[in-house]
Amino acid sequence: MFAVLRDLIRYNAEFTIGLILVGIVAIFAALSFFSPVDPTQIYLAIPDQPPSAQYWFGTNSRGQDLFWQLSAAFKNSLIFGITVAVLSRIISIAVGLAAGYLGGWVDRVLMFINDIFVAVPIFPILVLFYFVLRNHMDSFTMALIMACFGWPFDARLIRSVALGLKHREFTRHAVFAGMSTRKVLLEEHLPYVMPIVFSTFMNNMLWSIGMEVTLAVLGFTNINNPTIGTVLYWANSHSAMVVGVWWWVLIPVILIVITFVGLFLLAVSMNEYIDPRSRLRRMGA
Amino acid sequence: MQGYLWFAAKRFIQLLAVIFFGVSAMFVVTYLSPIDPVEQVLGRLSARSNLSPEAIAATRLALTEMFGTDQPVLTQYVNFWSRLLRGDLGASLMAFPTPAMELVLRAMPWTLGLLLTSTAITFVVGNLAGGLAGYFQNSRLLKAFGIVTMGLQPIPYYIVAFIILIVFGYLWPVLPISGGFAMDVRPGWTLPFILSVLQHSLLPALSLVLVGLGGWFIGMRALVSNIVTEDYVTYAELAGVRRDTIVGDYVIRNALVPQVTALAMVIGGVFSGTVITEQVFNYPGMGSLLVDAVNAGDYSTVLAVCTISIAAVALAIFIVDLLHPLLDPRVRAE
Repeated sequence: MFAVLRDLIRYNAEFTIGLILVGIVAIFAALSFFSPVDPTQIYLAIPDQPPSAQYWFGTNSRGQDLFWQLSAAFKNSLIFGITVAVLSRIISIAVGLAAGYLGGWVDRVLMFINDIFVAVPIFPILVLFYFVLRNHMDSFTMALIMACFGWPFDARLIRSVALGLKHREFTRHAVFAGMSTRKVLLEEHLPYVMPIVFSTFMNNMLWSIGMEVTLAVLGFTNINNPTIGTVLYWANSHSAMVVGVWWWVLIPVILIVITFVGLFLLAVSMNEYIDPRSRLRRMGA
Repeated sequence: MQGYLWFAAKRFIQLLAVIFFGVSAMFVVTYLSPIDPVEQVLGRLSARSNLSPEAIAATRLALTEMFGTDQPVLTQYVNFWSRLLRGDLGASLMAFPTPAMELVLRAMPWTLGLLLTSTAITFVVGNLAGGLAGYFQNSRLLKAFGIVTMGLQPIPYYIVAFIILIVFGYLWPVLPISGGFAMDVRPGWTLPFILSVLQHSLLPALSLVLVGLGGWFIGMRALVSNIVTEDYVTYAELAGVRRDTIVGDYVIRNALVPQVTALAMVIGGVFSGTVITEQVFNYPGMGSLLVDAVNAGDYSTVLAVCTISIAAVALAIFIVDLLHPLLDPRVRAE
């Protein structure tokens, strides 16, 4: 595991850059555990202060120290992204491995459901959820809903790998040795799909955090819970760009770009890692 | 031909299943929600005007009848479908008494136009550039293009749209940043109106294209750089087949097949992007309508937009799927 990580850092510049970028954001978000201020409170600092030695990122029009505000926002958004990714990974692994290994009508039924989920646009459904739940819609409910829609692409990927594994020698050995189906899937096949799971994990986080930003900017989430999206929502509703509080918009946008490019580079380099041909080319073999 | 019909029939069943599932999911969401649509509408109404208790009671009765919330679940579900199939989702609250469906149909051409043109441009440009970048791997220009589009690709729609808005709204105001057409132009099939519409759609379309390009570029480049190493390409090169024939007919056509499958899969996502883009640029499409309806607590319009968008996305995927076999003879043979 560590050898893999070391090789990736040594031979794959994209992975290294991605790791550094995500690391910066993760550390910044983790700082919020030591935050001296409550990020949900308003008017704790002088409003509209530009970045200075006292307020590194300035303060916003709601009298919040942007440094701690953003730190809490990124913490919440990253936790949200990870929750969605973990939950939807569980579904996609279960569906993908089962469909690929069992085949036959199980495969057909699962893939039929899978294709339905791919085709249903999630955005109107999320808006509908917000519309009926209003302020009951907290970020965990949203994570649950998004996890229910975030698995089908990856389930198909995992299934295609599992299809190949099914006819391999070691699977037959395992079956003859009397392993149960569940054990074959979890102990024999799961390790083979782990690289895909990691790579799609990043992609899924990109997708879910992006969706959260989209909803929050429109005001379709709990806007009092600091997340990346709600910071921008408040900046918009106070017309930050027009009144000249540029740091309220610019700093979050820079941090978002860092997060997204970092996660994206990690996902891309993971993808390359899965394909050994491109890895060998990179290592100069 | 029979294979194709069989394929089309299977896809059609899938289309129906998607619409059935999506609409049922919507029904379940609205049914299970802790909030009663009748009380919600009533709250909105009485917040704006003074109503006597009798009027409120009468309105409540009328609304209960309209939404049918006093009946058992199954009856409600059947009623929901029958109203949907008749295209009658009740009157809109924001623009009372215009039917919600009419509002949606009025907004639809804007969204369709924006979505179709920007998706088409993105798909063609992204795949062409990606294909060329995969074939001519040493081209500096294509490499630079790749870095720019890949850098933009992971950024959420909203941020890109917002940056464009700032650049063209404040820093370099040359294009209109808001609305579907200029105020002083009368809608109709006249040249000034069409020009105005095109001019106003440039920025929203640009933001959608910029975000979408990277995905196609990366995918196509990866596919093509694998195909280029295949024996038949080397053979064609040695046999002296013209370069453009190799690139166009031998390499890109083969690589395009999985990309068309991917096109079917991203349409739903592009739709979410349009909603945001429309909101940012104040474009009079379905996205803006949805946002307005949610903010106004307009139950019928929200349901109408959601239903139509689910059906439209499913239909678009169906059409792309039908085009698939025309490109790849292997699918036809199956």
